[in-house]
Amino acid sequence: MTILFTTDHEWLRIEGDVATIGVTDYAQSQLGDVVFVELPKVGRSLKKAEAAAVVESVKAASDVYAPISGDVLEVNEELAAEPALVNSDAAGKAWFFKLKIADKSELDGLMDEAAYAKHTA
Amino acid sequence: MLARDESPLHHTPLHALHVARGGKMVPFAGYEMPVQYAAGVLREHQHTRSAAGLFDVSHMGQLALRPKSGKVEDAALALERLVPQDIVAVAPGRQRYAQFTNPDGGILDDLMVANFGDHLFLVVNAACKAEDEAHLRAHLSDVCVIDSLADRALIALQGPKAESALAKFCADVGGMKFMDTGPRKVAGFDCFVSRSGYTGEDGFEISVPAEHTEALVTALLENSDVLPIGLGARDSLRLEAGLCLYGHDIDTTTSPVEGALEWSVQKSRRTGGARAGGFPGAENILGHFEKGAARRRVGLRPEGRAPVREGAVLFADSASAEPIGKVTSGGFGPSLNAPVAMGYLPSQLAAAGTQVFAEVRGQRLPLQVAPMPFVPNTYKR
Repeated sequence: MTILFTTDHEWLRIEGDVATIGVTDYAQSQLGDVVFVELPKVGRSLKKAEAAAVVESVKAASDVYAPISGDVLEVNEELAAEPALVNSDAAGKAWFFKLKIADKSELDGLMDEAAYAKHTA
Repeated sequence: MLARDESPLHHTPLHALHVARGGKMVPFAGYEMPVQYAAGVLREHQHTRSAAGLFDVSHMGQLALRPKSGKVEDAALALERLVPQDIVAVAPGRQRYAQFTNPDGGILDDLMVANFGDHLFLVVNAACKAEDEAHLRAHLSDVCVIDSLADRALIALQGPKAESALAKFCADVGGMKFMDTGPRKVAGFDCFVSRSGYTGEDGFEISVPAEHTEALVTALLENSDVLPIGLGARDSLRLEAGLCLYGHDIDTTTSPVEGALEWSVQKSRRTGGARAGGFPGAENILGHFEKGAARRRVGLRPEGRAPVREGAVLFADSASAEPIGKVTSGGFGPSLNAPVAMGYLPSQLAAAGTQVFAEVRGQRLPLQVAPMPFVPNTYKR
């Protein structure tokens, strides 16, 4: 299992050919209180950098981009029902969706934890 | 635009206090202001509704209109040239909500007008204050001396604990009613205190000499009932209270009638009244009173959970191509635990309960026209 990060403050947990995707704790601290999350439809085929989900705080709406290409296997219905999970457990319970990885080479440009820590420092 | 964006931002006398208390500072109307503190918008909003919130609104403009004759009625009559309100009827120690109108009947700014006995005291929006002052000088200088009170800060203390928090420093606030106003000593400083605000809660707005602002605010914040509140919660509170944000919900293209502000135009200034008309745009505005306006500002409650924000286009149904209006303010209402919005619709669709649709990210989301305020106000009348 590998955890990778994007410059858009998303995390990816890679298990085999499945990537679980969420936003980082840094992202939630910048967003503020999250009040609404919109998730992609299961089965949707996402292209890398395409707007895949929406996270809304009291203040504003932000897109969550597909960090890599792939088909949506599963979405976190619990998160849709309780958007505040993004604030309380961004790296855990607040995962957004799972993708079937289309092209593993797309993972090459992503950061590991140490590089991401430097990015947000 | 570039030059404007790059110009240095003004600081209020509370800037250092905001930074020291963890305020997240953002540019707003030419000032660097706290959008929130560590507690966050949600908790700041809820704290204001349950205890007391303290807001820095020093970016707003404060002006004195001093009648050259010494008679405040002369200043009131002069100001009536620029607003559709009855200013003569504002008794000493009282204030009233008003609008500066333009020749088309649109709104140049909205403001508070207080009668301080020998002069009028005005509070105007930050983004409009230079234009408002020039407008007053151009039209009222024959009757009034116009003083910009740039050496004063303005704070608001709002919520059910506001009275008890302020009473520690100003003995007679308990006797004040909604829209009572006037000079008061607060913690020994020469302040103007009004029982009013922009949250729908009972509370006070306090004009204080700039050099004493930090001392007064520090003293008020020693009370654990009182938390500093940023612009984020100020916006969600006023939206739940159904109060207009100038430049968004009302502007130079909306008349007071279109803006659903008929209540603020007294009978004496309407057709048949003792001083009917005589303000810019009177023909259009009085026409709207008599014949109705084609569109109207309404409250909107999205049926789902998704916030519908400013700029979202409104449609009569889920498929029609023809827009019928747009959302002018929208977000999440923490006290309602639901999204909430306001916007303009054709008057025939403005009745509460009417379903309309907003386009959000390519989808049509249903909303219902709803009465305002969304959260009942708690003014002490």
